[in-house]
Amino acid sequence: MSSEVTSEEGWRRLHPLSPVARIGRLLPVVVVTFVLSPHGRGGGGGAHSSLGLYLTIAIAIAASIFGLVHWLVTRWRFDGDTMRIETGLIRRDSRQLPLARVQAVDMVRPLFARILGLSELRIRLAGSGSTDGKLAYLSEQHALELRDVLLAGHRESDPVVAAVPHRPMATVPTGRLAASILFSGLSAVLIAAVVTLLVWDDLAPKKAAAAAGILLVYLISLASALWRRLSNGYRFEATEVPEGLRISRGLLQTVSETIPLGRIQAVRQIEPLLWRPFGWCRLEVDIAGSGTRNQRGEGSHTSRKSLLPVGSRQDAWHLVHRVLGGPAPTLSRPPHQARYKAPFSYHFLAAGHDTNHGVCVTGRFRKVTAWVPLQKSQSIRRVQGPIQRRLGLASVHIDVAGRRVRGEFRDRSVAEADLLVDQLTELSRAARLRHGDAAAVRFTREAGAAPAGWYADPSGRHQMRYWDEQQWTEHVGDGGATAVDRL
Amino acid sequence: MVMMTNGMAVPNGTRATDPPEPDWYVPSVGLWNMRRAQVCVVTLVLAGLTGLSFGIKHGDLAGVISSLVVVALGLAFLWFVFRRYRAWTYQERHEDLVVARGVMVRRLSVVPYGRMQFVELTAGPFERMFKLSTVKLHTAAAASDARIPGLERTEATRLRDRLTELGESRAAGL
Repeated sequence: MSSEVTSEEGWRRLHPLSPVARIGRLLPVVVVTFVLSPHGRGGGGGAHSSLGLYLTIAIAIAASIFGLVHWLVTRWRFDGDTMRIETGLIRRDSRQLPLARVQAVDMVRPLFARILGLSELRIRLAGSGSTDGKLAYLSEQHALELRDVLLAGHRESDPVVAAVPHRPMATVPTGRLAASILFSGLSAVLIAAVVTLLVWDDLAPKKAAAAAGILLVYLISLASALWRRLSNGYRFEATEVPEGLRISRGLLQTVSETIPLGRIQAVRQIEPLLWRPFGWCRLEVDIAGSGTRNQRGEGSHTSRKSLLPVGSRQDAWHLVHRVLGGPAPTLSRPPHQARYKAPFSYHFLAAGHDTNHGVCVTGRFRKVTAWVPLQKSQSIRRVQGPIQRRLGLASVHIDVAGRRVRGEFRDRSVAEADLLVDQLTELSRAARLRHGDAAAVRFTREAGAAPAGWYADPSGRHQMRYWDEQQWTEHVGDGGATAVDRL
Repeated sequence: MVMMTNGMAVPNGTRATDPPEPDWYVPSVGLWNMRRAQVCVVTLVLAGLTGLSFGIKHGDLAGVISSLVVVALGLAFLWFVFRRYRAWTYQERHEDLVVARGVMVRRLSVVPYGRMQFVELTAGPFERMFKLSTVKLHTAAAASDARIPGLERTEATRLRDRLTELGESRAAGL
């Protein structure tokens, strides 16, 4: 914490090199301006050639001034349990971030900041009407310390669980990531367009060149979207940490996100058509966040985070199990007559629930499995359209925060739907009461203050591990055989 | 129509299954009056316009027939509106509010009081004319759909206050 200036009232500043890192973020823009200007191309007359240079210099100067001013006017401090961030020269912006409402903390390191050893901290809050906090930039060490402070409330108070080592839960090999991007709808479009243009080029070169000129912008944006997927998912690693789940990823800009498990609103497993031969799927989680815009109560904002960009069903199953805990509910198929109402998705439709979760499978070509923790349900709805009524069907929805995800028990029989509404309402209430004040569902909450005995191994390396009422021991069990493996 | 529910003060923590659930309530008959007035006015205006334009172009008989057709369509729509008005019901259970609505697509929402973010009471110009209000329950989920239109003002404010009170006593975090 040495490099940050601290005033007597406890106000702290960002890292002195932040303006430099901010300019670095503008570097691509400057380069593009320079290259695209007449000067960069080498053509044009004298007056034109210097214009690009001036423009570039002007942008650079403006950016430096802006960065410097931003650094000068930004300060932050802790007021007891609240973090205050003040920024803005003309319109002063003071944000209060109550630590109790911190939903997630992300560490983002753009390429240039990485070179300087700096890191940006993004703080997400719960509830609507509040705003997110952002500190750009802090030194890496400082950012790490601050993250721990901000997430302290989510750390398991139980020292046993808190001592769970930072254990990697899932990684994505670069080869698989590249292959998964190759076998996506987006790249299929890109490849098809390029092949068509090449074939056309053989037949009618002039027309093809004209078409390529028109399509160039779209092709470039397609390619850059694919590139973003690659760079975002590069070296993806999910790790179990005391605060929840830590996800680190990124090629040029690295991101380290921490997801407190109790904040997860829903988990979705998506199996696109093109990935089916490989048995791959991806996982997304929705976390309650703050509304960035005033949404007039149209549901609070949720942010979607990738829990696994691509992985085998085994990986996904393992992660979902760890994140949501408990055994999976058994799924049941909708009645036969649902085939007439949903001919293209009937083959996927399934749903089920237990006392903790609802699980719903939908999708026509890509299979989407949604897990919804019942304690997060906001409301239960039963919807019956005219066709459904004729067929004696109805759908039951479990609404969770946000506007994107919900569990949908689609096309169940009317009797089952009525029963589901009652059961889910009752179970949601029970789950809410059970989790009432507890911060979160934890990996090993069943081991909390349990009597000595064999329990599911919290590290996941073995089936069972012995708990001696105080701590986890080194004795582990696998399929009846015991062994010794230090936690 | 307003059936006050003063008798159903239920202590906190009472299981929903123990005492009998309160009755289903319906919006005020004023909602039907308002919808009827809206449909009638629009139908008459449309009938007049079509009658006039057809009458000028194709003669008086065509004008009369066309306006009769429009009136018939309006009556059919009125029947639909009536059924939709009849479909609105709500029930203040001990732990949650249940709202049912819809004729073509039937919807039933169960919103626990503890999930309520805020209650909105609105009254548009037409509703104000008929001294009605709409109560809407907002949760963190965009899809939660608990709206009760056409409540008389006393009932609307009573419902709002009661919901607010229940929401506070049963609030649960996100």
